[in-house]
Amino acid sequence: MNQPASAYFIEERHDPNETHTLSVLVQNEPGVLARVIGLFSGRGYNIESLTVSETESQKHLSRITIVTTGTPMVIEQIKHQLDRMIPVYRVVDMTLTKRSIERELAMVKVRGQGEHRVEALRLADAFRARVIDATTESFVFEITGNTEKINQFIDLMRPLGLVEVSRTGVAAIGRGPEGM
Amino acid sequence: MSDKSHDPNQMTGAAMIVRALIDHGVTDIFGYPGGAVLPIYDEIFQQSEVQHILVRHEQGAGHAAEGYARSTGRPGVALVTSGPGATNMVTPLTDALMDSIPLVCISGQVPTHLIGNDAFQECDTVGITRPCTKHNWLVRDVNDLAKVLHEAFYVATTGRPGPVLVDVPKDVQFATGTYHPPRKSDVHRSYAPRVKGDATQIRKAVALLAGAKRPVIYSGGGVINSGPEATRLLRELVEVTGFPITSTLMGLGAYPASGKSWLGMLGMHGTYEANMTMHDCDVMLCVGARFDDRITGRVDAFSPGSKKIHIDIDPSSINKNIRVDVPIIGDCGNILGDILQVFKAEAKKPDIKAWWQQIAQWRARNSLYYRKSNDVILPQHAIQSLFEATRGRDTYITTEVGQHQMWAAQFYGFEEPHRWMTSGGLGTMGYGLPAAVGVQVAHPDSLVIDIAGDASVQMTMQEMSTAVQYELPIKIFILNNQYMGMVRQWQQLLHGNRLSHSYSEAMPDFVKLAEAYGGVGIQVHKPGDLDGAIQEMISVKRPVLFDCRVASLENCFPMIPSGKAHNEMLLPEQANDEATAKAFAGGKALV
Ligand SMILES: Cc1ncc(C[n+]2csc(CCOP(=O)(O)OP(=O)(O)O)c2C)c(N)n1
Ligand SMILES: [Mg+2]
Repeated sequence: MNQPASAYFIEERHDPNETHTLSVLVQNEPGVLARVIGLFSGRGYNIESLTVSETESQKHLSRITIVTTGTPMVIEQIKHQLDRMIPVYRVVDMTLTKRSIERELAMVKVRGQGEHRVEALRLADAFRARVIDATTESFVFEITGNTEKINQFIDLMRPLGLVEVSRTGVAAIGRGPEGM
Repeated sequence: MSDKSHDPNQMTGAAMIVRALIDHGVTDIFGYPGGAVLPIYDEIFQQSEVQHILVRHEQGAGHAAEGYARSTGRPGVALVTSGPGATNMVTPLTDALMDSIPLVCISGQVPTHLIGNDAFQECDTVGITRPCTKHNWLVRDVNDLAKVLHEAFYVATTGRPGPVLVDVPKDVQFATGTYHPPRKSDVHRSYAPRVKGDATQIRKAVALLAGAKRPVIYSGGGVINSGPEATRLLRELVEVTGFPITSTLMGLGAYPASGKSWLGMLGMHGTYEANMTMHDCDVMLCVGARFDDRITGRVDAFSPGSKKIHIDIDPSSINKNIRVDVPIIGDCGNILGDILQVFKAEAKKPDIKAWWQQIAQWRARNSLYYRKSNDVILPQHAIQSLFEATRGRDTYITTEVGQHQMWAAQFYGFEEPHRWMTSGGLGTMGYGLPAAVGVQVAHPDSLVIDIAGDASVQMTMQEMSTAVQYELPIKIFILNNQYMGMVRQWQQLLHGNRLSHSYSEAMPDFVKLAEAYGGVGIQVHKPGDLDGAIQEMISVKRPVLFDCRVASLENCFPMIPSGKAHNEMLLPEQANDEATAKAFAGGKALV
């Protein structure tokens, strides 16, 4: 390959990318989310999904769930980089534990009449989506599940008059009695 | 005064800042005043325990604090105002982050009720400095201030050291609250750097070391940061194992340059023997270094046949660039102690005579060779002369960035840690002069020399004024080649000799400049006058600008060219004459 002259080593790496879900327990204090996001943008890591909320209000703890992609070496880096931040308590790679449950919630607005409307309702029923708002010409469905299921539902709604989607991003938790 | 004035812990935020500095043993700080820090300056005025050094630019305060920190092992402290004061600190903070230097910066901020209003001299200081500090804080309540200040010192100095910043709005400086002395609960419970190394990993490491046929120890700035005990243990390990040792730019001085196992620095401008030893070794012990790209060269060709042990206090340094076989996370002093203990109890010195013979052959290539001249001073020769003249003296060396920096690393022999202050990770031109100011403040009676380049030194020249004001007799030893030599070298080697903007057309008269500042100027052209001029510089007890006119087209070798491995170095005899001449003739680029 013809590379520009440089004393830097411009190499391409060909390790395959993996997708991992990380749970990060942090002190809920001003700027903590900016730190985490800044780490990802500053070091060129990917964020596929990011979910954050305070989970233990007395202790001011928040749980951040991040879905990211990268080579195994990059994923390893991301975890260490997160872990060394001062307000971070723990980083757990939910994908490596192989015992995690992942859920996302989406609200899906569909506009249509006649056949389309009936079909949308029928599919919503099959996906166990609930109707949380309805007009004579529209529905808002609420659906929870893993990312794939939600993507599938949205794809099905598209030809039936999909207007817009709002989704929470992934939340993850481990199976069994232990906490993170 | 408030009605609680009988309680000695009731005080203003500004007073708390000075009090915290005293409680952390700080005796000197570097700063520059402005509207948003006036209450703090008012407190400084009314006490005498903390000496404030007034710099001429906030960047100077930051680098001075870095020099102070590196030469003492204690945190450096800088105080700056809001807005431009804070933004001027971005370079030193980043520099300190890259080189793991403990720095505490206190910045003023506009009053809390104005934050977000684009008030005069407002900027989002914590936002701007978030990626260039180990941690930072905006303090909105005076009753949080003591805790935050104590935590700031703790975070800066423990684990992998680094810069921190505390942003204090002006109303918080004026407000009265309760101070408390440092205590354990001031620190985030989530922050607990690991100190002790894992025992099984240590055993694995010892087994590798004991079985090595072609070992090398590669040490870095982490050993120096860990403190004198780590340096002592590193030296003992070299003694006990008989292994060769090289180090990064940041690690110079941990093992003495006069020591018999010393290979010289490694990396892009390291010695042939150091890089070949790294390339061909079978066991590598990396202590407190981070496999930076200037060290490894092409990563897929980096020391292909070796088992690698990596000791580092920062888990994110492990497997970042190079996969290692035995990572050991913890403080290097601690872990070196454990390794030594196990090694002495269970292993004996491996026989590596054949390896040393091989190394002797590499050494014989004399990769730092340069041709001396009677007409013109070679920069390498100037540094060797400086080294000879200062040998055995209580000397500290700082540098700027460029060829002179690499020559200093190659030709000045460091015998002790904390004696060498250079901007390694960030490569900040303008670092050396203010760093020398900081070093001289910490060591008033020592000889402090900035080995400088003509271009770099102009970036922070104004700190000469600081040196004169505080009677700091720093010596600025300028290798004046009238070029941005390192840039020109790359242009010659990599860009078809098109010397785009690397020549300084209008060089100031450094002698007159020194005099204008109230310092002393010395200029030397001839090799025969060099030693005498250096003696004169040393004996002057005032700040000196030493304008050493050197061969302007000399280049820095050996060099690992782009995309090449350690065993493909360009040696001076291959590069200096023909290849460089070819480049000058507009011939094809070397790399
Ligand atoms: C602040 C900053 N700007 C630009 C650079 C890029 N740079 C690296 S070395 C160099 C030239 C240095 O020239 P000089 O100080 O004269 O040193 P020499 O290489 O000639 O010894 C430049 C511009 C840098 N390292 N730092
Ligand atoms: Mg120069």
